[in-house]
Amino acid sequence: MSRADPATAVAAERGPAPLWTLGLLRSELLTTLRRLRALVLLGVLAAVPVLIGVVVKVRARGGGSSGAAGPAFLGQVTDNGLFLVCTALAATLPFFLPMAVGVVAGDAIAGEADVGTLRYLLVAPAGRTRLLLVKYATVVVFCLLATLVVAASALLTGVLLFPVGELMTISGTTISFTDGLLRALLVVLVVAASLIGIASLGLFVSTLTNSGIAAMATTVGLVVTAQILDQFPQLHAVRPYLFSHYWLSFADLMRDPVYWPDLVHGLGLQVLYAAVFGSAAWARFSTKDINT
Amino acid sequence: MAPYESDDAVGAAGDEETRSGRRRAARYAVPVAVIGVAAATIGLVPALADSGDPDLPKVTAQQLINKIAKSDVQQLSGTVKISTDLGLPDLGGLESGLASGMARGSGTGSGSAADPSSRLTELLSGTHTLRVAADGPDRQKLSLLEQGAEYSVIHNGKDVWGYDSKSDQVSHGTAPAAGKDRAEPPATPKDFADQALKAVDDTTSVTVDGTAQVAGRDAYKLLIKPRQSGTTVGAISIAVDARTGMPLKFTLTPKSGGAAVLDAGFTQVSFARPAASVFAFTPPKGAKVTERKDGALKEGAGKDAGKPGLGKGLEGMDGAKGREGAEGAPKVIGKGWTSIATVDTGAKGGLPTGAKGGDLGGFLGSLGDKVSGKFGKGTVFSTRLVNVLMTDDGKVYAGAVTKDALVKAADAGK
Repeated sequence: MSRADPATAVAAERGPAPLWTLGLLRSELLTTLRRLRALVLLGVLAAVPVLIGVVVKVRARGGGSSGAAGPAFLGQVTDNGLFLVCTALAATLPFFLPMAVGVVAGDAIAGEADVGTLRYLLVAPAGRTRLLLVKYATVVVFCLLATLVVAASALLTGVLLFPVGELMTISGTTISFTDGLLRALLVVLVVAASLIGIASLGLFVSTLTNSGIAAMATTVGLVVTAQILDQFPQLHAVRPYLFSHYWLSFADLMRDPVYWPDLVHGLGLQVLYAAVFGSAAWARFSTKDINT
Repeated sequence: MAPYESDDAVGAAGDEETRSGRRRAARYAVPVAVIGVAAATIGLVPALADSGDPDLPKVTAQQLINKIAKSDVQQLSGTVKISTDLGLPDLGGLESGLASGMARGSGTGSGSAADPSSRLTELLSGTHTLRVAADGPDRQKLSLLEQGAEYSVIHNGKDVWGYDSKSDQVSHGTAPAAGKDRAEPPATPKDFADQALKAVDDTTSVTVDGTAQVAGRDAYKLLIKPRQSGTTVGAISIAVDARTGMPLKFTLTPKSGGAAVLDAGFTQVSFARPAASVFAFTPPKGAKVTERKDGALKEGAGKDAGKPGLGKGLEGMDGAKGREGAEGAPKVIGKGWTSIATVDTGAKGGLPTGAKGGDLGGFLGSLGDKVSGKFGKGTVFSTRLVNVLMTDDGKVYAGAVTKDALVKAADAGK
């Protein structure tokens, strides 16, 4: 019952120092990343680019032309290893990346409630909004980290297996390797940002239930559902508002000049999801009865 | 966000139940309000951004046509959105299969995924985003933006490159020595406008239909309407840039109403000189390069663009069905909007009737409507713009005209 947390109210009135928040964030991050499942997820994410790189290399050596099928940029990987970053992100973005984020986001609140640690967290002078913000920040950091893991692994594999150097954009113009690296970094940031929508959704789901598994499964289910719905031309009125609709528009960063409209739409949509489901999670979490 | 102090300020008061209920409702109002604001923004911003039609000095239709003719835009870069809705049955992959098979069969295509003539037939259906850049007659670039990939045709000096980033294939050809010939099928509003203005004669009414804003530029709207009955063309609207006289948007609506058959317009345009690097192309090391025979590109482009008159350009696809060109060049019956191209393929028995045409023939036959008249029997294939009549004695009549007009032409030709 909510009568059970007068301690929180007292603590909240006292007002913890800002440094305390950072400490809380640090401890949250460490707890999240020390979990075996987070490490396994990151390990899988790091393995995907290596797998793609080796397969492309073996096929190229066998004389097989890199076909038109497969994730975006697959054809260019043999020209320049830097493209492996984009290929790997295009390959992991439909499922692996959002799944990892969904697991972490779904676990954020519901997982604590599941093992009965949530009320102890709230007994500490954290305040619910503050705790939620810290959880949210942790999930967002995880989005960036997961994307970086894919990109770093891809870059390493690409540099080891394929030639690097001047880079041809998909528009047929040539840019320098530094410029290419810069664009790859932008791609990473855009991909990480495009995961914020599912992160917010997962956090909201996580406040709805006391079962960590249920929250994770629901979030991952939403990822799949959104992408299935995005396949139907009949739903063209709804599709631009699905969080996954503009995911692959990060490829527009590899055009020359960069084609911005879809990127801007995509990022705006993520902000919208963050605002709607972030505030919904706050509304739910700050008024919820916490008994576990 | 409310300050954290307001959190859980749970008093031990007796009426806590109702208070927390009210507070809960108040907090849920926040996400609802966010959705409301977002919906309002999405709905209103385009309406507010639409600052109304610009005020421009009045011009006559003739002045405007002259302006287009005099327009000499050598340098530009921009983004074009082109939507085509011919009302063809959605054949999906089969359609492009037919088109590319056709290109290969006629000997122009090399079968490379980077071959311009086979790739740009994609424009015949759906919505596409193109990027165009031009710097004088010798340097042009046209890119078809796809998801995660791009197809570019780059004309720089005597080289014409086609690059398909998806398959990483390159095709290379040389531009005709004359240099001025268009290296690409029509794709920009200007290409379409040129075709439409060719058709302007006494069978046409041309008016200036107010002004509009296109791609952030002030433009006049030129409205072209056929006076003749019997054509399927309803109206053509061309937005002409007030400053340069360059057509910025081209919309063709069919007489039957509904969505435009063809809508091509700039969404962004700049008349500054594009950077030289835009036209520089060196095939990437790993890419497969296919050499095209000289003139192949021109020939391929000619299939779509070389035919005179409006609507013929759109007929490229119907050409695939019509097996034209086997015997003799097409003859044109009538004039203006109701002109009908006719070809005698000499193939007695026609294409579509039953077993003779094989599976493909039967399939095509099922797409058309059987008609009969004084000329005998035949099959009409309809789109929202172009109708094609194939008679059983091997004649093909095609034009942007109604079915009845085709039958009448066939009767007269008997």
